Formats: sequence, structure tokens, C-alpha cells
Amino acid sequence: MKFTWFNLMPWPYLPEDFREKNRSVWVDIDSKLYDPVRGHDVYNDYLDLLEYADQLGYDGVGVNEHHQNGYGMMPSPNIMAAALTRRTKNAAIVVLGNSIALYNPPIRVAEEFAMLDVMAGGRFVGGFPVGTSMDTNYCYGQIPALTREKYQEAHDLIMKAWKEDEPFAFNGRYNKLRWVNCWPKPIQNPPPLHIPGGGSVETYDFCLDNVYSYSYLSFTGYIRAKALMQGYWDRLTERNEPDESPYRAGFAQTIVVGETDKEAEDLFKEHISYFYNRCLHVHAGFADAPGYRTINTIKSGALSQYAPNMGDLSKMSWGQLLDEGYVIAGSPDTVREKLEFLIKSLRVGNLFCLMHVGDMPKDKCMHTTRLFAEKVMPQLRNIWPDYADDNRFWCSPLDQRATPAPVDAALGARSEALAGGDD
Amino acid sequence: MELRKIRTRHTEAHLFEGGSGPDLLFLHGAGGITAEDPFLTALAAKFHVYAPLLPGYGESDECGEIRDMLDVTLFEWDIAEALGLSKPVIAGHSMGGMIAAEMAAIAPNDVDKLALICPAGLWLDAHPIPDLFALLPYELPPLLFHDVEAGTKLMTAGLDLGDPEFLKAYLVQNARQLGMAGKILFPIPDRGLSDRLYRIKAPTTLIWGDSDKLIPPVYAQEFKKLIPDCSLVSIPEASHMVPIEQTDQVVAAIAKLAG
Repeated sequence: MKFTWFNLMPWPYLPEDFREKNRSVWVDIDSKLYDPVRGHDVYNDYLDLLEYADQLGYDGVGVNEHHQNGYGMMPSPNIMAAALTRRTKNAAIVVLGNSIALYNPPIRVAEEFAMLDVMAGGRFVGGFPVGTSMDTNYCYGQIPALTREKYQEAHDLIMKAWKEDEPFAFNGRYNKLRWVNCWPKPIQNPPPLHIPGGGSVETYDFCLDNVYSYSYLSFTGYIRAKALMQGYWDRLTERNEPDESPYRAGFAQTIVVGETDKEAEDLFKEHISYFYNRCLHVHAGFADAPGYRTINTIKSGALSQYAPNMGDLSKMSWGQLLDEGYVIAGSPDTVREKLEFLIKSLRVGNLFCLMHVGDMPKDKCMHTTRLFAEKVMPQLRNIWPDYADDNRFWCSPLDQRATPAPVDAALGARSEALAGGDD
Repeated sequence: MELRKIRTRHTEAHLFEGGSGPDLLFLHGAGGITAEDPFLTALAAKFHVYAPLLPGYGESDECGEIRDMLDVTLFEWDIAEALGLSKPVIAGHSMGGMIAAEMAAIAPNDVDKLALICPAGLWLDAHPIPDLFALLPYELPPLLFHDVEAGTKLMTAGLDLGDPEFLKAYLVQNARQLGMAGKILFPIPDRGLSDRLYRIKAPTTLIWGDSDKLIPPVYAQEFKKLIPDCSLVSIPEASHMVPIEQTDQVVAAIAKLAG
């Protein structure tokens, strides 16, 4: 089982009446609510937490891409990932991912993922989301009905750019490039790739065709996810694929751990409430630009999790959030038991643990992160013994990896000596 | 009006045909059009009307090969060609007005007269057009109708978004229609038309509702400035849905243009 510690990087200073006074946390959020000076500390704390997760033995540390979003301060996840290459040691750096239809030209992604993989010594896992409609259409102006075609072309270009050893011409519909010559190349070529999907058959097939891991990243929890993930496994059976490795799938789940069930509630309830109340407040008109979702997907009933008919999450009680699986919270035993059910019922080998939630302060986040690492993770680590050797969807780092040299007085003295030698 | 299907290079196009008089090609707006549309019926009293649907509208198939403004413009010309129309009058409403203007700019000698009813296609920074693609159903009537109450009634008749099956059908229709419209209107309805309007040779009438809240009348002045032989008919007590709100006046203006 692979556990990735994830932080969406929410802005923790949304006011209490945010929901009443603002129509959306995304796209047209009031930019006056952002304070770059406070933001300096927030980024620093969030990077500390990701580094802490590495020290505690999480398999991966995860970052993702959102734009103009009050709960996601990573318009460029690659910048965060680059910062993480220096002080993390063992965890995979999981960029889930780059919305490849937004990069112009998309070889930028081939180059940056290659840079990250090389900097991290092969400790890199990537992902190619189509991107939400909010990000892709409303913030970045992509034409909804053409987004998927552009995504597909970007994918083909990136994969070819990594693979080819000679410069080549790429005459795409959206990209005309006479000299494609990816430099540098990744150590893992290609790196392991995860594709976030929202229930469309097209994305199931895309993952199965290319041997990418299918990830469902939702905030609505493991109980509601059952039908969607089952759809993926059914598709695999329908296509007569003999390979049912759980590592072909991943799932994101909000998880908080306390010493006891009560402690978990006492410590984290307010921060969970901040997330479901203020952070998920998205104007319904931005949820799903017409043409963004395929007709087949709409007919299958897979609506945006931001669609108005998904119910008002802000009114859910702590008990409801737990009972309906939105959040897994409690003592290590409670969390382990629920996660075991999640992992087996969804059949997933990759768990993206949303461990920092809403406006959770650093010390509380370190507490739940440590309890999970020490008392939950070890019990679930070998839950898929039959697939222990399946490493297709995870990174293969170099055995010998460079580490940052100490920048200390010794180096300084050596530099001064060298300078002196020139006289 | 009769539904007719006609083969083009890319797809089987659907169109409504009816009436008698000079040939008139009518291009619908982003909301689409039906055979029962009262404006089409009124137009058919004076013209032989052909009203093609863009792919994905009505029952017609979507068409992945039609991606941009030029594709759309040529799609409409392909239909005119298949119908054997020679120098038709072309009229278009909103998005359809944008397409009609493109058709007349790209083939200036092939259009007899041009009627543009509050067309899209230009953008003025000082007068941003509301984002049609981010509006919720209840936000539309105040933008589209002068008589908001009557407009709301018209738009919400039979609408039940609380019913999951209805919602699904509604979303499918939206995705098919507005997905297509988005190819030329999203995120800003400007595909460079202002650079091409100088080419139009057909005598042109602009028809605009005085209280248009979607594409405000200031845009009429901009079109008038850019199209060589152009006059403006302003219609009071009408908003963006002027063909529905003041049907007779719009038909009269087109009939006068066609002479």
C-alpha cells in the first residue's frame, strides 16, 4: 500500500462570514482576502509539514494544481515540488498533477517533470489531470468542448518528447513545433503516471490502454466513491484484462487521527468545518462549463462534485460527515478499521491522504500526521501481499542519490581561500 | 416549418424550412430554435425561410470536426450551397448574427442583404458582456427580456431541475448546444470579426432592443461604425430576445431591408 501525504494548501484566513458575503471560493474569489505577507508564513509551514511527512516514512508527499482558488494555493505545483526535492529524502514527490491542456506548448510539462525527476534522483511520480472546469475553462479560458482533444494531443506530445532520442517535428492541431527535443530527459522514462478521473468511461479506457493508475480525487468520501470505482473495475473486467492489481487505482480521502475518537473530534472538528463550509463554497455556475464533460459522462450520472444537486455540505454535522464517509476521523484503531474497509471496497493500492484540512494549525497537523504514521500506516502497509512486487505505478529512485551539501563556514572558508589564491 | 436534413461534408445538418417569398437564411442564437418558434413563423409569411441548426442543436448530431469560427462559417455556406441558394438574404440573431456577419465578410459577393439582430462578435473592454457560460438558469431572464416576468414564465415553463432525470436531460442538452456555441463564444465572444467587417458589401440592417442587457446597445454603434453600408433600427421595450418580444417590428425591419 502506498500512502501519500497530501496538502491542498488552503488559505487559512477566510473570514467566518465568507459564505454569506462571497459567491465563490474559486474563480472570482475576492483577491483582497489574500495577504502575501501572511502567505509567506503559510507556504513555509506547509512545506515544513510535507517535509515532516517524509521524515515519518510516508511513501509520498503530494501537491496539485489549482488556479484562483481559496483552498489551493498551488497554481504551479512544480514550484512546490522543486522546493521539496532539497529537504525531503525518501518520499516520492507526487505531482498530481499538471493540467496538460493548459501549458503552451505542453513540452513545458515534459521538461519540468524531467527536471523534477532528475533533481529528486528518480523519486518522482506524476499525473495528468484534465483539470476541473473552474481551473481549465473559467480561469484559463480553454474552450470546454475542445479541452479533451487538446489534452489528448498534449499527452501524445509529452510522451513522445520523453521517448524519442532524435529531434522531431510535431504537427498537431493545437501545437506546431518544428524541433521537439526534450532536454533534460527524466531518469524514469516515462515516470509513473496517475490520472485523476471523474467517472467517464473514456478516462477508464485511457488508463487501461496506457497502464496509468486511475485516481479518484473527491471530497465526498469513500462510501459515495464506490459506484465510480466499481465502474473502473467493471470496465477492466468487461475488457477482459487479466490484471487486477489494486495499484492500478488510487483514492483521495480526508483523514484525521487523535489519541481517541473524542480527541479527534475535539481537535479537528472546527478545521473540517472550515473546509466543508468555506473552502467548498463554489458558485454553481462555475461547476461545469457546457461541453467540458462528455455527453456519455453526463448520461452516466457522473456530475461535478460542485454541482448544485450534490447537497449542501456546509450543513452537515460531524456525525454525518463521519457516517457518510466524507471524513475518516477517530482513534488510530477507528481510522485503521475504516481505511481497511475503504482500501478493500474500492480496491485501491494508492491512498492520497488529505491530512491537512482547512485552517488546521501546524502543531495539530503534526499530531495527526505522526499518529497516522506510527499507529495506522504500519498495520495497513501489507494489505495487498499478492501485489507486493507491482511497482509499475510508483517511482524507482536511484540507489545513490546526491544530497544537499552543508552551506557552512567550511565552504565559505574554502571559497575565500580560492579567492585569495587569485591575488 | 418543416424539419429537413441535408448532408454536408462533415455531418447531417438539420434545418427548418417554410414560407414563400425571397430566400432567407436565418441563423439562430445560442439558445437554439424550434419549428414552433413564433418569430420563424412570422418570418415565413414574407420569406422562404431556411433556418439551419448548428450541430448538437435540436436532434442533430454533434460534430467534432467543427471547431472554430471558420469551420462554422463554412458549415453554413456548405448548407447554402447544398440548398442551391443564390445570393440569399441572411439574417441572424445574437450568435447567429455573428456567424451571418462572418459569412458576409468572407464571401461579400454572395449575400444580397444582411440583417443582424443584436449580434455577438465584438468586445468592448468598457462594456463587458456577461459570461453566458457561468450564468444560472434564474439569472437569464433579467438579461434577455425587457418584460422579465413574462420572460421568466417563458423560460421556466416545464423546467423542473429538482427531478434528477429532467436535470440529466437538461444538462445533456446544455452540453450539446452550449458546448457547440462555446467553440465560437467561450470565454469571450470575439474571434476577430472586427478586423473583417470592412469586407461586407451587402446593405446591412442592425436591429437592437433598446434595453438589451446581454449585449448592450453600445455594441450597435460599434457594428455601425465598422460595417460600410449599415443602418440601425432600435426597438423600444425589447431586450436581447427582441425577435420574441417585438416580433412584428423585427420582421418589418427585415422585410424593408429586403425591399
